[in-house]
Amino acid sequence: MATAHSKTAARFMISPAVVLLLAWMIVPLAMTIYFSFLRYSLMSPGEETFAGWDNYRYFLTDPAFFSAFTNTIVLVVGVLLITVVLGIALANLLDQPMWGQGIVRILVIAPFFVMPTVSALVWKNMFMDPVNGLFAHAAKALGLQPFEFLTHAPLASIIMIVSWQWLPFATLILLTAMQSLDQEQLEAAEMDGASWWRRFFYIVLPHLSRAITVVVLIQTIFLLSVFAEILVTTNGGPGTASTNITYLVYAQSLLQFDVGGGSAGGIVAVILANIVAIFLMRMIGKNLEA
Amino acid sequence: MGNITLKQVTKHFGETVVIPPLDLSIEDGEFVVFVGPSGCGKSTLLRLIAGLEDVTSGLVEIDGADATTLPPAKRKLAMVFQSYALYPHMSVRKNIAFPLKMADMDPAEITRKVEGAASVLNLTDYMERRPGQLSGGQRQRVAIGRAIVREPEAFLFDEPLSNLDAALRVNMRLEITELHQSLKTTMIYVTHDQVEAMTMADKIVVLQAGNIEQVGSPMELYHKPANVFVGGFIGSPKMNIITGPEAEKLGSHTIGIRPEHTMVSKEQGTWKGKVGVSEHLGSDTFLRVHVEGMDLFTVRAEGDVDLHHGDEVYLTPVMDRLHRFDKDGLAVR
Ligand SMILES: Nc1ncnc2c1ncn2[C@@H]1O[C@H](COP(=O)(O)OP(=O)(O)OP(=O)(O)O)[C@@H](O)[C@H]1O
Ligand SMILES: [Mg+2]
Repeated sequence: MATAHSKTAARFMISPAVVLLLAWMIVPLAMTIYFSFLRYSLMSPGEETFAGWDNYRYFLTDPAFFSAFTNTIVLVVGVLLITVVLGIALANLLDQPMWGQGIVRILVIAPFFVMPTVSALVWKNMFMDPVNGLFAHAAKALGLQPFEFLTHAPLASIIMIVSWQWLPFATLILLTAMQSLDQEQLEAAEMDGASWWRRFFYIVLPHLSRAITVVVLIQTIFLLSVFAEILVTTNGGPGTASTNITYLVYAQSLLQFDVGGGSAGGIVAVILANIVAIFLMRMIGKNLEA
Repeated sequence: MGNITLKQVTKHFGETVVIPPLDLSIEDGEFVVFVGPSGCGKSTLLRLIAGLEDVTSGLVEIDGADATTLPPAKRKLAMVFQSYALYPHMSVRKNIAFPLKMADMDPAEITRKVEGAASVLNLTDYMERRPGQLSGGQRQRVAIGRAIVREPEAFLFDEPLSNLDAALRVNMRLEITELHQSLKTTMIYVTHDQVEAMTMADKIVVLQAGNIEQVGSPMELYHKPANVFVGGFIGSPKMNIITGPEAEKLGSHTIGIRPEHTMVSKEQGTWKGKVGVSEHLGSDTFLRVHVEGMDLFTVRAEGDVDLHHGDEVYLTPVMDRLHRFDKDGLAVR
């Protein structure tokens, strides 16, 4: 495998795929960059003029940008925290021998198969609705005023919905990692006098570190671009309380018909995502090395 | 003090009975070896003593006190696992210190004990390495180090040498024996290698299907096996077992005769046979001889004996070294 000849052959063989992928990526990226420097409104098509850095200046100085930026961070970090912590707890539970294990495991995985729009609508209408929602009924049964989740805590509600969707993924990855833990290590620790909590802290958690890294990296990529859940529940509101950068780009280009501004936002989002990626790899990427 | 007593201990896994009622007592400071074929329940018995498995019925006493329901951590026993079960993300130092840290010992005291154990086991140069960066023998030593720092009442070893190569195994065997002589702590050692059992043990417990077949010193088992199973299991190469008319002639249902207690001659003897495979080890030669009316017969001859495949030989058993067994396989004395 490692001879010079086989390496050349390998490079030659994968080159079509690389070229295709590059084209796939480069063309839209190049066009977005091009649009981001144009004054390009959908209201007056065909009248594009060069705009210089104007689009970027408008997008970055827009007060909505700052709140979208913080919302994105809060959303990503919030969902990561919830899914990793609950995921570890659930994986621990599911790893215990119990009756009906197979069924329970399938049930736990189920939310992952529900489309984001569908699950967000179910949450919005069946659970969080202040009149008909289950939470409202429960509050009324307890004699409390129903809480208007999507109005008074829009971002928290979205964090909850997205966490619900991603919890199965985290649980699944962490469960498989948990199952690969050598039982003799736990038994050795038990004989060494470690309590349950210390066994978890000193043996299980370090063993899970690689799986946690995988969960964090993969989820971050997807969580930076959460969109459908916001669109069908809060529409980014009230105000910009639940607008993230992805939603802001959408609002800019399609609700305000400003393709140039939207494209500039898109490029900003790409740059931010890359900064986050580099930051993450620096921070936890070493866990992935064998 | 590290005497351990099992009283009428049984273990079932669901329907399967792995250990039928079993009694055993182990004195303080003894080196006890459990031997037996694969799957006979050696590990299970060790884990029952360790508390990693619950007994189905019966009593486990440690130091004269009932320990049947005591959790493993409270039994003051240390175990060395076959896979070593080192903590992969901790350095050698942290691995060895782990039990002391779990006991919330004073850090200075921990350092002192860990350094002490490391120098006894020649691990001082590897203290900052991870287990993954050590050889099999070094890992083995770390596992032993983790056990000795606790100063337990007894050590439990589950086939600790089976992952090592032959030369290293001999080395570690000596090291463990030396350790026992200097610590004088009770050790219970599981193996299916009868050479390990013979060389290390004060007392051997031979198990078959969860039953204790015989308990005794290595020489007792060699000279006075209680039954055919023990006779065949202890000693290498295996004892020859003869049944049928040839055994009747010698006055018993079954006769056991060890390869080293049989004389070989080219001219005359009790049984005539043909040499099959001959294994020349230098010091000895083991001949597999085909004798009419018997299974393959193994004999030991001199290292430079001039016998080869196909040669005719005569075999003569040393009469006062015969082992006689009745039809239930029990020794007749
Ligand atoms: N958790 C378990 N559930 C059911 N049966 C088990 C379990 N653990 C062991 N057994 C059975 O108990 C018997 C004894 O197993 P044990 O591990 O004690 O054998 P052993 O003497 O240590 O063998 P080896 O020399 O191969 O390690 C085996 O037949 C095994 O199949
Ligand atoms: Mg075993």
